[in-house]
Amino acid sequence: MNTWTAIGLTVLGCYAVKLAGLLVPAGAMERPLVRRLAALLPVALLAALTAQQTFADGHALALDARAAGLGAAALALVLRAPFLLVVAAAVVVTAGVRALGG
Amino acid sequence: MSAEGTAKPDSAVVRDALGVGVAVGLSGFAFGVTSAGSGLGLLQTCALSLLVFTGASQFALVGALAAGGSPFTAAAGAFFLGVRNAFYGLRLSQLLALPRVLRPLAAQWVIDETTAVTLAQPTRRAARIGFTVTGLSLYLLWNLTTLLGALGAQAIGDTDAWGLDAAGPAVFLALLAPMLKTRTERAVAGLAVVLGLGLLPVLPAGVPVLVAALAAPVALFVQSRRLGPARRTAPDATEEGR
Repeated sequence: MNTWTAIGLTVLGCYAVKLAGLLVPAGAMERPLVRRLAALLPVALLAALTAQQTFADGHALALDARAAGLGAAALALVLRAPFLLVVAAAVVVTAGVRALGG
Repeated sequence: MSAEGTAKPDSAVVRDALGVGVAVGLSGFAFGVTSAGSGLGLLQTCALSLLVFTGASQFALVGALAAGGSPFTAAAGAFFLGVRNAFYGLRLSQLLALPRVLRPLAAQWVIDETTAVTLAQPTRRAARIGFTVTGLSLYLLWNLTTLLGALGAQAIGDTDAWGLDAAGPAVFLALLAPMLKTRTERAVAGLAVVLGLGLLPVLPAGVPVLVAALAAPVALFVQSRRLGPARRTAPDATEEGR
């Protein structure tokens, strides 16, 4: 039930902001400060999420196979690999390191 | 986009749009697998792709729920990630000039990829074709591959053994990388990582990510303090952009 609550809230919230962008008159949100904040917010969230989902194990920090996988993804990004290849590199390297007992 | 000009052939627009729609649409597979691996049911996983349809928010939500976050903190993180779509909508509504009745339908397709394709088009006709073809191909494929990914994850059982728990962070990193253009973005990302990991042991699950979001206003505040004297000499600076 908790999961459905979270899904319902996310569905409503995400649709509302999408629709707001199309309906609200342009001037209302076009202030430079608001625009800068909207551009930086995903940077902060994505960086924190990347770090947590790589190094968190419950409430503790952990260095395991996922770190190697993320390293592979970073390398793929530097080499300008397409999106799917970046994800595949992370998955394959994580599985490989884990299979080797990492 | 190679063919810039006033008269871009419709077929070229469709080709560009399909290229993006198909490539990104296929990554719904990674979401389906991650969501099922995080313990969400088939119906819940498919509901997210059908009704939320903005990848980063979906990954964030299932990640937060898997980590034991409350439904409210989990949804808040997903919501804040979705806020950027409102700003895409602002740009798109001017470019597409959609009739009011179509806007509630078009809204569901206002995401990173449709915006990138639409903004790259030289004319309104090309922008409308680009938005529609990208939106439709991406929506259909994303939902189909979500279903297949969730079914696949159920079939193979322990998704962690296959390294599939690394798909989520890799998706976030791939979305983040092109955003790190200037020192400000890098500073925000660095501060967010420190806050997100540092607060992990002491705050309830899901909350550290929300606190890490504060890196954005903090960076803006520091920046405005630095630019402060310059702004005072030009009090009308904010009006010039209009």
